[in-house]
Formats: sequence, structure tokens, C-alpha cells
Amino acid sequence: MVIRTDSPVAAAASPTPRDILCPILSLANNMGASQSEHEFKDLAERTGFSLDQIKNLHQRFKWLTNHQETLRQEDFEKVSHLSLNPIKGQIVKAFFDKRNFGKHEVGLVEEIGFEEFLMVMSHFKLPNKKLTDEDTEDVRTEKLRFLFNMHDTDNDGTITLEEYRHLVEKLLSTCETLEQDTSLAIADAAMLEVARITVGHMEPHEVYEGITFEQFQQILKGVQIETKMNVRFLQMDTTTMRCGK
Amino acid sequence: MACRHLTHLACGWNGEVGRRLVTVTLLAVFLVGTVLPLGAASSPEITVGLNGDRTPHQPNNDHDDHASHNTTKKAFPVLSFDFERIGMPFEISLWVLLASLMKLGFHLTPRLSGIVPESCLLIVVGLLVGGLIKVVGQKPPVLESNLFFLCLLPPIILDAGYFLPIRPFTENMGTILIFAVVGTLWNAFFVGGALYGICQLEGVHLKNYDLLSCLLFGSIISAVDPVAVLAVFEEIHINELLHILVFGESLLNDAVTVVLYHLFEEFAGVGTVTMVDVLLGIVCFLVVSLGGILVGAIYGILAAFTSRFTSHTRVIEPLFVFLYSYMAYLSAEVFHLSGIMALIACGVVMRPYVEANISHKSHTTIKYFLKMWSSVSETLIFIFLGVSTVAGDHNWNWTFVTSTVLLSLVARVLGVVGLTFVINKFRIVKLTTKDQFIIAYGGLRGAIAFSLGYLLDKVHFPMRDMFLTAIITVIFFTVFVQGMTIRPLVDLLAVKKKQETKRSINEEIHTQFLDHLLTGIEDICGHYGHHHWKDKMNRFNKKYVKKCLIAGERSKEPQLIAFYHKMEMKHAIELVESGGNVKLPSALPSTVSMQNIQPKKLQERALPQIPKGREEEIRKILRTNLQKTRQRLQSYNRHTLVVDPYEDGWNEVLLKRKKVIELEKKINQMSNYLTVPAGPPESPTLARARLSSDPQAWSMKPDSDGVPAIKVDLASPQSPPDSVNITDEFGKRSGPPAGGGEEGGLVMKRPHPPPSLSVTAATKEEKGGRRQQQQPEEDEEGRDPQRLMRCLSDPGPSAEEEEDEPFLP
Repeated sequence: MVIRTDSPVAAAASPTPRDILCPILSLANNMGASQSEHEFKDLAERTGFSLDQIKNLHQRFKWLTNHQETLRQEDFEKVSHLSLNPIKGQIVKAFFDKRNFGKHEVGLVEEIGFEEFLMVMSHFKLPNKKLTDEDTEDVRTEKLRFLFNMHDTDNDGTITLEEYRHLVEKLLSTCETLEQDTSLAIADAAMLEVARITVGHMEPHEVYEGITFEQFQQILKGVQIETKMNVRFLQMDTTTMRCGK
Repeated sequence: MACRHLTHLACGWNGEVGRRLVTVTLLAVFLVGTVLPLGAASSPEITVGLNGDRTPHQPNNDHDDHASHNTTKKAFPVLSFDFERIGMPFEISLWVLLASLMKLGFHLTPRLSGIVPESCLLIVVGLLVGGLIKVVGQKPPVLESNLFFLCLLPPIILDAGYFLPIRPFTENMGTILIFAVVGTLWNAFFVGGALYGICQLEGVHLKNYDLLSCLLFGSIISAVDPVAVLAVFEEIHINELLHILVFGESLLNDAVTVVLYHLFEEFAGVGTVTMVDVLLGIVCFLVVSLGGILVGAIYGILAAFTSRFTSHTRVIEPLFVFLYSYMAYLSAEVFHLSGIMALIACGVVMRPYVEANISHKSHTTIKYFLKMWSSVSETLIFIFLGVSTVAGDHNWNWTFVTSTVLLSLVARVLGVVGLTFVINKFRIVKLTTKDQFIIAYGGLRGAIAFSLGYLLDKVHFPMRDMFLTAIITVIFFTVFVQGMTIRPLVDLLAVKKKQETKRSINEEIHTQFLDHLLTGIEDICGHYGHHHWKDKMNRFNKKYVKKCLIAGERSKEPQLIAFYHKMEMKHAIELVESGGNVKLPSALPSTVSMQNIQPKKLQERALPQIPKGREEEIRKILRTNLQKTRQRLQSYNRHTLVVDPYEDGWNEVLLKRKKVIELEKKINQMSNYLTVPAGPPESPTLARARLSSDPQAWSMKPDSDGVPAIKVDLASPQSPPDSVNITDEFGKRSGPPAGGGEEGGLVMKRPHPPPSLSVTAATKEEKGGRRQQQQPEEDEEGRDPQRLMRCLSDPGPSAEEEEDEPFLP
């Protein structure tokens, strides 16, 4: 099944994004500022980031990859704070999930280039201009889709009970003393709630397969995702970048 | 007139009439007040009820007559009268009673409360009471500043601080601070400066007013009042963002007001202000606000620490919360720090820890006491405002008063529009024009301004009366005009209202997921935004602070689990409140049950092959749970609240029901573990509802310990087929772990159990199971029918164990 991605960015026609990106990056590295600026402008147009943000993110990207062109899973180990994050695995995975690159592809990749990195980050960027209601709805759908993809690990279009349990377990994984059944109970209760809200009536022999994206949107109606799921990408902390090496 | 007559009587009898008279008048008003709602309900003309009803006086009158006769005679006074002794508390109680009855009456007349905000009506009542007292010839009491600041204000602020919605508050902290600090400063200086300009105009005859007193007046009049804002905004149910913006501003501007007030009051005598003084003023502001917060935080931590050790004296638990916060307020006021900020900080700091430590009952007590105190205080404040208006000496100056009202309106609008323009550049959610209008329009002034004005020294400020008049006018204008029109305006502008829906567990899960996700993304891009710092603080809190301040296991409980338990609790309460009838607790008439959401693969695999390890695991889970109950049981002692299990029967029923729900859940989980085929078509919700409709079955006497007899409760309202059905379900589900996969299950072995008995038995089985934890394992499995009998007849831990249950599984 092909997931429709509501990213504003037009899909590039290339099958392997790394192929275009590597030359770009190497060019950028070798040829000085004017050249890279040009490439950045191109990226800025496609991802909606400002030039400053792209520069900052690029710097960070280079730091993460040790000035390599591609980013691998192990590179995220460098971010020390991330190891404390209970959902670290999911976050890192989201960077290697093709569904988040806006190219209507599915599956996982081993390593990503700067463009993919930007594409994933662009799900968290602030809207540039004042949005109309329709735009807001689009942004919301896109962000929710990103979240949904993070939960729907096997890409079957639903968050199954197994996946939901896994999610709750991960969320509670920082708590050492917890009995396993508590997180199970929470996941079950949550799932039951979804089924109640979205389906309403079910015969006992019917089986609730899992949360579809529409139902996911429905249960998160009350949360203003479009205003909450934002990171300001300016003012990168440069000291850690220097200290990191 | 009855009142006149009374005066004569009282004068002839006793010289010291003042107090008594006021009291009698109050009593009269009171009786009228009680009639008011009834009158209003029957006819729209309330005034008729107020003016026409004087007859209730008569009984009082007679009583006084008798009393005076008794004292004049020399014989041994069979009935003596000594009002002096109880005068003071009597009056106070009378006032409070008046306030409460007024509130009661107000809410009994829905038509009236739909149009006029409560605060307006209370002021009117105050005006009437004041007028009545004046008619009688007495001086009505004025809202004394000490009374206001030391008694009436703290409960309201503590209520606001303790129940402050932290998340929206911190998320909009910047905006709130800018409005509170810059906005208030702007208002004060704009109003003060412009008033000074007006005073200097020809033909106003106010030339002797210097700039500093005008600025002082400006600083008094410019602060938005939390009491007035709360009173109005709670009625209009505006959306969370606007509510927290206006309300947060009204709370935080206290520091600015305090500093400006003291600054100008100080300098008004001196007359000159140097640059150094301005600098000192800024430093003073920092000291006052940060100092207040610090004092509050210290007391908050102390309160949290104290509550750690109160597990054996639950009864006085709530008191600590009130006392520590009041101490914080007083300690801050000693140094002229911002008492309001201290209270807010205290409430905010202590709440998460205190709530984790105290029992559920104490929590409820705190909630109700705070709400009760704050609403009574609020009512009293508004009534006193009305009374003081009648009582005070007024100096009405048309120019001054009208220009004050106009200027404060203009300043507010300009301030809000100007500041939002700046703020919007930094906000993600921009404030729309509508929002700005509501923020500007919601800037109500109230009793704080009046009390500050009242505090002014008449020697230094000869224009005090005029100030007070102007302040009262502004208060009345904002409370009456703005307070009454804001609701229609909100409707008219279609401003987003508060969502009525409760927070669901899914929202909680995904909000937390989002928090972690954003923290992770911020970490990855090396941007230390507020998610990063929030996460760090949470971590610090969890690692060190919680361990110190929270007793026992609960310190490690993550937020999600706490939320889940609270939700469960609420669910149980709803279940009981709904009478446990077929009416379902959730709003939706849903029949979705656990079996519907189980993965299909598992259901198809019908053979209950339990691996040895699995079984052991289940047993372990069960045992750990059982032991926990046991431990909690031991911590019970005579200081806890439940003495007579029957006195507390309601709660008992509630908690028992909760247990049934939990039992059912566990069974569900178990059947999930064990991959049992689906049970009979019964949703847990339905089963729960049915089970819980049978309260008698649960409150059995714990006297039959060890006797293998089962009490049959024939009074159960249950229809037999239903109960049997439930039994079946329980039996089937609990069957496999106990009887090794036998279809019939435990209960079904019993020959022809009476209908309601079987329900009881099902739970008893659970309860008994908990009791029997130390017995050999066959017992748990229930193979031996003899033991099963005992197990069933054992009432188990009944009434005594319930104190702290609700939060824990």
C-alpha cells in the first residue's frame, strides 16, 4: 500500500536520493560558500526552510556524520541526551523511514543524506506565513501522518494493538519498577477507548483491527498538533557542536 | 416601620446598641434574602420581594421584648441576654451566612443568572444592605484593607494557584508576563500622566494635584483584578488560552502593583524622584516578585515534605496545605513582597508532591475546602464592595471620574493592541483581533484596587475620597458594563469556547509521545529550546526531588500511570453515581469490549496450551499484586478516617466496584495471555454496570471469618438470568488459570447457586484469593472444593483496606 504523503514538497524523480545529494554535498564541501549557497537555496525552496535554518541544520548534520555525506543509525549515538529518551528508537527510525521523505515510497533505508534529513526535520518546522484554515488543516494532516507512521511500524495502515502496546511500553520504559501488566492495561484501555469513540457499536464476534489514520485523526481532535509539533530551528547551540568532537 | 421601632426598643434597653442593631438589620435583610429567590422564581420583579416583605421581623421583635423584660426584673434570670459576649463571631457568621444564602439564591434563579453575572448581583445586594444599615442610622462597615488582604483574598488566590493549569500557563508564560509587567506599567503611567494633564487644564480646579499622586492613582487603578476576572470568566466558559492569558496577567501583575504603589506612596511625600530612585524601583520589582516566588516555593517544598509523613494521621493532612500556604502569604507580606505570587508559587510547587502523598479523601477535602473558602470570600468581597460604596465618604468630581473611566479603557485597549503586535512576532499561535478584544475587554478592576485606595493615608493624600470614588466608579463600570456584556459579545464574536470533553487516555499518551519526540528532535539538531529544558527539569525532578518529597512507591510512578489511575477512579465514581444501572458510564452507548480489540490471530488459535513458564509468570503477577494489597492493609491504623464501615458505606461500595472492574480487567488480560476462546457476548462495561447495580452484595459483614457459609442476598434487584450470565463469564474467563483450562470454571462447579450469590461469589473468589496468598498453591488454583468453599465464604479484606486504594491497581 502506498502512503499518501501530504508534504508540500514535490517529489524528486530520482530513485535513489543519495545519488544526487552526494555530489551536491561534496561540491558544497569543496567549492566554497557561493556554490553551497546556491544548493541551499534550492533546498530552501523545496523544504520551506529559511536559508539560515538550512545552514544551521547542515552544520549540525556535518557534526553528526563526522563530515561524511550520509547519516547512519550509529551516528545518533553521538547525541548524548537522546539516550535518555524513552522513544529514542522510534525517533531514530523515523529518520530512516522512506515514508517520511515525501516520495511515496515505503520501507527503511540504511543511511540518509542531508536532503532526507531536512525532509524529516521539515515536519517540525514552523509555518512561514499566516495560514488559512485550509492550510492549517493540511499542516495538521501532514504532522499527524508523520506521527501515525511512527506508530504504524509495519505500514499496514493501522496501528494494531500490538503496536499500541509497544508504544505505551516504550513510553513507560524509563520507569524501572513498573510491572509489565500496567502498561498493557493502559494500552488496552486506550485501544478500547478508540474503538468506543470511533466505532461505537460492535458485535462480539467482530474484531477491531486497529486504528486507521482517519480514526487517529478523530481521537486527536482535541490536541492542537499543528501548533504543538513545532521546533524553532534557529539559534543552534554551537558550543556543543564544538565540544562534541 | 419595624426598624425604627426596634431602634427605640434597643435604645431604651441598652446603651450599646450599635453592634446589635447592625446585626438585627442584617438578620432582617437576610430573611428578605431568603425570600428573594422564591419571589424571583414566581415573578420577574425581584424588587417587589425585597421591598414588600417586612413581616419576618415580627418574631425577632417578640424575642427581644421578652429578653428585655427578663433582664429588668430582679428575680433570678431564667432567660438572660448577653449579646456582647457573642457579638463579634455572631456578626461574622451572619455576614458569611448572608453571603452564602445570596449565592444560593442566585443559583436558584437560572433566568437571572443567565443575564447578570453573580458579581454584579452581589454588589447590588451589598448596596441594598449598606443602604438598609444606613437607613437604620448606623454606619455600615467598610471593606477594611486588613480584612481584605489577610482574610478574604488568600483563599481565592490559593484556590487559583493550587488548581492553576500548569501546562497552558507555562506555555504562554512569555505573553502573560509581558501583559502583566509591561502592560500594567504602561497602564499606570498612561492613566497617571494623562490624568495629571487633565488636572492641569483650566477650569477643572484640580491644580493642586501633583504628578506623583496622579501616578499613584494610576498604579492603583491599572491592575487587572484576579477576583473580578475569575468571577466573570468562570461564567462565560471562554477557551483555555484566553482564560489563562487574562487570568495569568491578573495574578502576576500583583508584583508590579505592589512596587509601584509603595514607590509612589513613598515619593509622594518627598516630591522629587531621581534616576537612582527609578533604578531602585526596578531592583525592588525584581526583589518583590522573585522574593515572593522564592518564599512561596520554600513553603511549598516544606508542605510537600511534611505531607510525606502524614500517612498515619490522614485527618489533619489537608490542614498542612492550607497552613503552609497561608504562612507563605503572611511571610511574603511581612517583607512587602508579593503575597499573591508567594501563594501561587506555593500552590504550584506543592501540588504534585502533596497529591502523590495524601489520600484520596484528603485530596477531595482540600478541593472542597478551597472551593468553599474561595467562593465565600469572593461573595463577601463583592457584598462588602457594595456596602462600602454606601458607607464611604464620596467626593464626586465629574471631570476626574469620567476621565478616569475613559482613560483606563483607552489605556487598556492601546496597551493590549500594542503589546500583541510585538508578542505576535514571537508566538506560534497568533492572537487574533477577537482575542485582543476579549483580552482588553476582560481587564476588569476589582476589590484589590479599592483596598489599596482605602489604605491611603488621608493626611498625606487629602484627595483620598475622590480617588476612592473614582476607583469605585471604575470597578462598577468594569464589573457591571463589561462583565454583563462580555458574555453576549463572546457569543456574538463566536470566540472559541472551552472544550467540554474530558481528556482521554489516548490524548494523554500522544501528548506525552509528542513531548518526548520534540525533545528528541531538539536534541538531534542541537537546539536547546524549551522542550529540552522542560525535559531536563522533569528528569531532575524525577531523580532527586520526587524521592525526597514523595513517600514510597508512588515517587516513581510516571505521569501516564498516574493519569490512568485517576481515570480509572473517575470511571468508578461515575459508575456509582449513575446508580450502576444499565446506563453506561461513557457518553456513547457503546458495546465494544476487550474481545473486540484482541488480535484475530490469537482468537483463532483456540487451544489453551499454557506453557509452564507463562503460567508461572501469571502467578507471579498475581502474587505481587496480592502482596501489595496486603502491605497496604497493614499500614492501616486508628488514625485513619474510616471507623465505622457502615458509616462509610458509600465509599466502600464504590471501591469494591472498582475492584470488580480491576478483577475483570485482569481476567481479560489473562484470557489474552492464555489465548482463550472468546467468552459469551457480554461487554465488560455492561458486566460492570450489572455487577455494580447490586450494592448489598458487596457490603457484607466481616464476621463470618473461617466459617464455610455463603450469605445469600435475596434482596438483590438482579434478575436471575443476568447474574448467571455474569457468573458464566467470570467462570469461563478465570477458569483456565485456576482450573487448568476447564470450561466450567470455578463457580460453575457449585450446584445451583442462587442468582445474586453467584455474583458475590465471583468477587469473593477474588477477595478470598487475596487473603489466601500464603496458602499453598492448589488453593489459588481452587482445585479443592472444600478450600474453595472457604475461599468463597471468606469475606476477605473488607471495609478497612480502602483508604488509599483509588490510585493503585
